[in-house]
Amino acid sequence: MASFVRFTLDGRACLAEEGAQLVAAAKECGVYIPTLCNYPGIPPKGACRICTVLVNGIPQTACTTKVVEDMAVVTRTPELEEFRKAVVEILFAEGNHLCPSCERSGNCELQALAYRYRVTVPHFPYLFPKRDVEAWHPKLVKDHNRCIQCKRCIRGIHNAEGKAIFAFGKRGDKVVINIDPETSKNISDELAQRAMDICPVGAILRKGKGFDTPIGRRKYDHQPIGSEVQA
Amino acid sequence: MSPKAAKTRKIIATTSLAGCFGCHMSLLDIDERLFDLIELVEFNKSPFDDIKTFTRECDIGLVEGGCCNDENVHVLTEFRKHCKTLVAFGECALMGGLPALRNTIPLRECLEEAYLHGPTVAGRNPQGLIPSDPDIPKILNRVYPCHEVVKIDYFLPGCPPSADLIWDALVALVTGQELEPQYRTFKFD
Repeated sequence: MASFVRFTLDGRACLAEEGAQLVAAAKECGVYIPTLCNYPGIPPKGACRICTVLVNGIPQTACTTKVVEDMAVVTRTPELEEFRKAVVEILFAEGNHLCPSCERSGNCELQALAYRYRVTVPHFPYLFPKRDVEAWHPKLVKDHNRCIQCKRCIRGIHNAEGKAIFAFGKRGDKVVINIDPETSKNISDELAQRAMDICPVGAILRKGKGFDTPIGRRKYDHQPIGSEVQA
Repeated sequence: MSPKAAKTRKIIATTSLAGCFGCHMSLLDIDERLFDLIELVEFNKSPFDDIKTFTRECDIGLVEGGCCNDENVHVLTEFRKHCKTLVAFGECALMGGLPALRNTIPLRECLEEAYLHGPTVAGRNPQGLIPSDPDIPKILNRVYPCHEVVKIDYFLPGCPPSADLIWDALVALVTGQELEPQYRTFKFD
């Protein structure tokens, strides 16, 4: 039987399985910690930093933190919320995120977080980087303009032989997520759909699949992201 | 309307820079609230009443579209000069929007595609002319969001911003209340 540990979330006493991921444990306790590069079931990365919380007073990413006995976690302070808003703003400024023409608009986690934090214009200058759209793959489209380099696709999508379909090239602000043309060309439609779903933004699309949900029926049209966990 | 109400009406100006007038159409989408709006505000320079130049100082300026040429910059600067509160509304005003798709392409390439190599012009411009008449506004190297050109006081997102968001914002500005945008009206598309 799994052993449980006691910890506090924003001052409230909580229980979690020992070694549980803090994001998941908080969710179990009805506390929403915003995430972007984290995806249930794949190894956490701590890349986007939006899940930063205070663990015993020290800022740490909740996706890479495991719950231990007596841990005191603070998930919301004005500073943390400002910081999270800044992370969203930076991502909007450093890519080319044109929501009105994006197939993922309304179902996009980055956009939903911008709604949650009421981002209008970033406090950072738009960079308008020159990036490509790879539309020549038989099953997938990769729009580098929208990619936020969270690497969820690299960690979560493998073909039937267990080979990764996505990989990153270059470093730092030049990092680019590539599709392996060989392993990706014969993937099933289900896997292509999973690749599209695992992408938090509209950077990975299934070939030939465009806008399919009317405005008003999309995931984040009526309820802010995280409201299913915490009102 | 009583003379008193007419005197206290706020003066509002609107313009569309590098936009499609969709944001102005969305403002008209407030439907019967237009009657209430007319009680609250008086329009000065605006495409709605076709007043071309400012005839007085304004309380509120609404700007649609970003800056893609020097005339846009001129109009925006005039708006900043004559409006106490300047509001950028719509995706194009906030981040450049659709016109900003050219921002990753060098200007020369854009012009050559438009006048020399594009499918509708190729072979029809033997002298290779690219218009540069002084009467034509000069195109900028890229499209600039409004807040990169002048100070903007408030931003209303959306493509277009919903009529309800524009209405809520105008009421807040006219009555001096703080606006807490409703979730359902705060959208980027």
